Parts: sequence; structure tokens; C-alpha cells
Amino acid sequence: MEALEKFMQKIKPKADGKFPIAHTVWDGMYTFLFVPGHTSHNGTHIKDGIDLKRTMIMVVLALVPALLFGIYNVGHQHFLALGEVALGDNVCSMFWDKFIYGAIQVLPIVIVSYAAGLGVEFIFAAVKKHAIHEGFLVSGMLIPLIMPVDVPLWMVAVATIFAVVIGKEVFGGTGMNVVNVALVARAFLFFAYPTKMSGDQVWVSLGDGKAVDGFSGATPLGNAVQGGVEAIPSMMESIIGFIPGSIGETSVIAIGLGALILVITGIGSLRIMLSMCVGGLLTGLAFNALGTSVYSQVPALHHLMLGGFAFGAVFMATDPVTASQTNIGKIVYGLFIGMMAILIRVANPAYPEGVMLAILLGNVFAPLIDNMVVSANIKKRLKRIKTA
Amino acid sequence: MSKEIKIRKGANIKLKGAAEKLYTNPANVSEIVLKPGDFPTLIPKLIAKVGDKVKAGTPLFFDKENDKIKFTSPISGEVTEINRAEKRRIVEIKVKADGQNSFESFKQADPSSLSKEEVLENLLKSGVWPLIRQRPYDVIANPNDKPKAIHITALDTAPLAPDYGFIVHGQAEIFQLGLNALAKLTEGKVHLNVNGNDNPDEVFTNAKNVQINRVSGPHPAGNVGIQAHHIDPVNKGEVIWTLRALDVLTIGRLFKEGKYDASRTVAFVGSKVKSPKYVRTVLGANISDIINGNVEEGGRYISGNPLTGTQISENGHLGYYDYQLSVIPEGGNNQFFGWIAPGFDKFSLSRTFFSWLTPNKEYDLNTNMNGEERAFVMTGEYEKVFPMDIYPVYLLKAMITEDIDNMEKLGVYEVAPEDFALCEYGCTSKIETQKVVREALNLVKKECS
Repeated sequence: MEALEKFMQKIKPKADGKFPIAHTVWDGMYTFLFVPGHTSHNGTHIKDGIDLKRTMIMVVLALVPALLFGIYNVGHQHFLALGEVALGDNVCSMFWDKFIYGAIQVLPIVIVSYAAGLGVEFIFAAVKKHAIHEGFLVSGMLIPLIMPVDVPLWMVAVATIFAVVIGKEVFGGTGMNVVNVALVARAFLFFAYPTKMSGDQVWVSLGDGKAVDGFSGATPLGNAVQGGVEAIPSMMESIIGFIPGSIGETSVIAIGLGALILVITGIGSLRIMLSMCVGGLLTGLAFNALGTSVYSQVPALHHLMLGGFAFGAVFMATDPVTASQTNIGKIVYGLFIGMMAILIRVANPAYPEGVMLAILLGNVFAPLIDNMVVSANIKKRLKRIKTA
Repeated sequence: MSKEIKIRKGANIKLKGAAEKLYTNPANVSEIVLKPGDFPTLIPKLIAKVGDKVKAGTPLFFDKENDKIKFTSPISGEVTEINRAEKRRIVEIKVKADGQNSFESFKQADPSSLSKEEVLENLLKSGVWPLIRQRPYDVIANPNDKPKAIHITALDTAPLAPDYGFIVHGQAEIFQLGLNALAKLTEGKVHLNVNGNDNPDEVFTNAKNVQINRVSGPHPAGNVGIQAHHIDPVNKGEVIWTLRALDVLTIGRLFKEGKYDASRTVAFVGSKVKSPKYVRTVLGANISDIINGNVEEGGRYISGNPLTGTQISENGHLGYYDYQLSVIPEGGNNQFFGWIAPGFDKFSLSRTFFSWLTPNKEYDLNTNMNGEERAFVMTGEYEKVFPMDIYPVYLLKAMITEDIDNMEKLGVYEVAPEDFALCEYGCTSKIETQKVVREALNLVKKECS
């Protein structure tokens, strides 16, 4: 490792040289390879081993099960649509074919997302003369996982650049953004290129093949709008996840593994995850009781397994920057998002999925929720003076 | 009426090199240094000049804001150096020992028989006074204030901290005299907050004239500010005085013997110390007398504990408020893929390192930052280790933006930098919270008092 360190030091460009971005890129690479041996001089002399890179890499690790499953499912859906495997077949038949096909479809999206986003980050870091901040390590992985597999790569690039610039850098960069960067990317595409982000054409990659007769590429939630509750796959199918949907969001099991990693390491807030589920469940139950439309008949528990709910609860709502910061606030915030998600899903006829919008809405309300919690604390302190 | 206080939030950082409960031979004290920098916001005015012969208790400088607060020499000898920094700020006043142990004489009596003014005067004149600090602002107490209570902490939960019970053991009479003096200074209560985790020394449990509270829990349970917050919090407009049980001994000795006896017992600790033990020395002593070949190469010398202490050289001097000399390994090495390595040897308040599986292991931590400074990203980290009913991040943000109005509302009067030490330790974003707090307290003091 010493040789590598020497080599890196040798090629170190000057910070104030002709191309400031060269130093930024070098610094990014160097701190990626080595945690710099800076030592503390003021304040605590010893420091926790954790830093933002480690925090972020834990989230990326937590996303790996969903990514791997997504890759496999893309292949599975592909061969299912072409009729090369049947619904009744063992899901593991043609294992490698599915995996390789999925990888060919998914990995370019991941690469484009990282390339576009990190490109923007490097430029901003160079212009603002600060080090590369790690926030995009996670956003770069989240963006592909919430895209439909057939999204054109240029759209991924445009959406990512838009999200990083407008969603984050204009607010001051990592840690300063108001809304979740990955969701900005998806919302941007949803409103800018609706035909590529919804409907029944984009969720299953057909490649050059031709779908078998009677094939529908719609997501379960899309099916429900058109075909009623019966068209929705069973609860078990939604938990396992071999259904059409965004790349990473179909398997509750894979997402659950990620949730486990986040909760054990203490990086993801269990409060938000649980309270969002409770909020969704309560709203679902309320609609079940009313039972007015077809869609409100979906069992409340089943709602939580469908669409982006689980993925949103585990990876999106828990984003520490845009979520509520106080412990009580987190519970309110989760409840709010859970309720809004199901409300939008059921009550909005044009849009069969509500989680993304609900979380964006939650992000906007998070500071207000916190403000109320902190104000209560302030009032308590003021009261103490009067009674004392 | 005593109180039981259980602190649940916080964390004990177990480091290698805790002191054995034994004394090494008393350190020879060749010189002492007083550093006005140990007292936040103090503007010192010199009395002594280089070449002056002083006794223990002879004033060296005083507080410009309140000339009654005097700082006296802890030993007898000669003022040999007065070092200044930029703008002629006084950094160090050095006194070389003459080995005569001569003392100025002060009033010698049981404080119970004295009036409040007499006790106050004795403390101020002898130079013992600066040991007493106050909240708000965590500065030297203002003798003109009427504190609503005095809080004495008899436990220290910081990493490698000295065991106060071990040090005071057998000094019941002196300790009680000190308490009697303090009891004269307030119309409220004197709280003696003892260790509720195990059996406190009988000197503490038998103390009279005070309310004894049992405090248990992880660090920062030993911080006097945390204790006061749970026993009787400071509100706007109120003042409490705080000190440590070991300081009470100095006060007790003043009244028993009529002289300023600044000797103190210091825990000499850390993984770089060959045999960590307790050492009898004097306030401000040169640490080379204490080290005496008992350390390994490559250590960082810290006057105080590794969370709140000050870095000093191996020829440096103990700080005014420090009862601990820590020597821990210096860092500085780049860690290849350090941010993704399993990290069995890294202690973390989060569970992102596998070290969380071995909670009782003792760690040999060095001074590496383990990362670079970033914006506040993670939430809930500070709250986990900040056992007050205060929102630390909101308070810090008000402090960073110098928003005094919000600081007041969010509880600035109750906190001291040391209460944020664990927050700073565990901060993912590597923000220097103690510095932020200190600067904010200085600002509020300047603007509001």
C-alpha cells in the first residue's frame, strides 16, 4: 500500500494549478483510497472511527440485495414476457441467462447515474474549492433502483444532472438539500417524460424480442386501476418480488435485508420505517372500511408490500438530511408519509403510485414538524421559569 | 432529602491504561506554570514581575473585570518567565520552586464559625476562588452573585478519569471543612453528587451540611452540568456554582491550615504510560517531573482527559482544572480503505464497526480524525449521548449562527463545552462542537452580562 500511496503523492496536482478540477479529482481518489491521517488538536483528542464515507457505504451495502434482486428480476420478467419461461416454472430456471440479461440492462443505468452525478459533484467541488462530499455515493445507487428498466440512458443522465444541480448543489451541497435527491430525479422524469415513466410499456424490458400474446407489462398497481383487485398478484408474490416494477423496489425480502443492515448499524431510522408502515396501514384500513372504489379494496397490509412503499420507507423516507431530525418529529413524519402515500394511491385516479410524491411532500413538511417539536421544548423551559 | 439520578444516554469509552489504585513516589516539583488561557474570557492583569520572590499564596495576577479575584502562586519560589503571545496576551507565568515551602498565611478557622463575608474574603485572597466555576457560561464564579445552589461532583466518568473516592479517602475532616465553607456561600442547597454506580467512599456518604445525590449511568453522568440539569436546572437569570470534590479538599486545607496548599493528586494514565498510577504533585506542575521515564515513545501528552483535555508538550504543564495526565498514541498514519475496513480496533458509538460486538473490550485509540469535516448529515447521534432535555443540534446551529435569542430559548445557560465532548467524539461530520459551544458562551456572556 505504501507504493500506491507514494504513487498517489507523486501525481498530486497543485490545488491552485491550471486545472483546479484535477486536484479535486485527485483528492477525491486519494481520500477514497486512504482515510487521511489528519490528527485532532482542539477538542476531543480521540475520535469515533466513523465518517461520512463509512456511513454512506453502509447504505450502499444495504442497497446491494435490492440491486442484485432487481437485476435478476429484470431478466426474469424479460424471459417471462417472451414466453421463454412460464409462470409455473421454477424461478431459478435459466438463472444465469436471466442474471446476465438483467445485468446488461441495469448496470449501464447505474454507471450513467454515477458518471453524471459524480461529474456534477466534481465540477462543483472544484469551483467551490472544497473536497468532494460523499452524498452522491448513495443517491447514485438509489436513482437506478427507482427507474423503470426501459428508461433511456440519456434520460437517466439528464435527470441525475438536474437532481444534483437543482435538488442539491443550489442549496449548498451534501447535507443542505431540502428534498431527497434521488426522488427529484425520478419526479423530474415523471413530469418531463411521462410516457417513459408510467404506463405499461416501460416496466419490462423486451429487448428486441416480441411479447407473447396477452402479455401486460403493467405494474400490479397499474393493473389494479384497470383490472380490479383480482389482477394484483398475491401477497406472497409481492413479498418475494417477481413482478414488474422499478428495478429495485419489487422484493420486500431484499429490501428487508437492507433495512436490517440500516437498523443494526444505526444509520437508518427504525422510527421512520415503522411509523410510515403504521401510517400506511391505518389509511389502508380506513379505505378498506369505506370500500368506495375498486382500488380501496386492496387489503391494507397488502398495500405496504406493493409498489415503492417498502423501498420508500427503508431507503427514501429515512434519508437523514431531508427527514425530520427530532425523535418525536420522525414518528410524525413517518406517519404523515405513510398516510399520504396510500391516500394518493387510492384517491388519485391518474396516478397509481403515491410513495414518491408522499415522501417529497414529507420532506417539505419535515422542518415544520421539527419546529413544532422544538417549540414545545422551548415552552417547557419558559414554563420552568414561571413556576420556579 | 437526597435524589437518585439515573442517566441513560451517553457512553463510556473504555481506553487502555487506567490508573492502578496506587501512588507512585511524590513527584518532585521543580516549577509550575499558570496559564490564563485556562480561564475562558479572563483578562489577566499582572501583579508579579520577573525576578519576584513569591510564597505559596502570593498573588501573581488578577481578573481585570473583578479585581477581587486573585490568582496566587501555588508554590514558593521565583517568578522566572512571563511569556506573551500576539497583542501581548499573557500565555504563561512561570514560577521556579525554591524548595523552601514557605506560605502566606490566611485565616485559619472552621468556616461554620465565620460569616459569609469572611469565608468569601479568605477564598478570594488566598487564590483558591478560581476553583469555583459557575453556570451559565462555565467561567470562574462571580463572588458578587447569589447562587441558587452549589453543585459538587464526586465522580468523574470521562475516559481514564481518576477515582475521586480513592483520592479523598481518609481526608474526611478536611473535606467537611471545605463543605462547611461552601455552605456559607449560598442560601440554597449544597449538592454533593456521588457515584451511584458503585459504593461511594465514606468520606462522601458521611458528609454533613449537604444534600447527597446518587448519580449513576455512563459518561457524561459525571459532568456537574448534567447533574445540575437533573437535580435543579439553571433558568435564565439564575446562577449556580459548580466544582469538583477534589477542589473541596483545597478549600478545606485553606481553612484548616491557614495556607494555600495547591498540592493535588493526579491520575497518570493512558496506553503509552508504562505503569499508570496516581501521583502527588502540585497545580500547574511541569509534567516532565511526573513522567520520569515512565512513558513509551510516540505519545501525545494531554493535560486532562482525552475528550476535553489540552495537548501539551512533554515539557508542558498541567492545566489549572486538571487532575489527570493522559498519554495516548499519536496518530497520523493514512489508513488504506479505512472507511470500509471491518474495524475491530475502532471504537464507535454507531454500530458500523464490528467492535460493537465486543462492548467490554478496552481500546487503544490514537489521535486520528478518522475522516474529514462535513456538513451535519446524520441525525440522532448527538441526542444519543446528550443526557439533557435540550436539542443539541438545534442549540449548536443557533450557536454557529450567533443567534443569541434562540440560544437562550434552547438552553444555552445550562451547558458547558464538556457536556458536548461525547457529541464531538461520535460526530460523523467531525464538527468541533466544544469549540462552537465555548465561543458561543463567550459571546452570550459578552452580550448579556
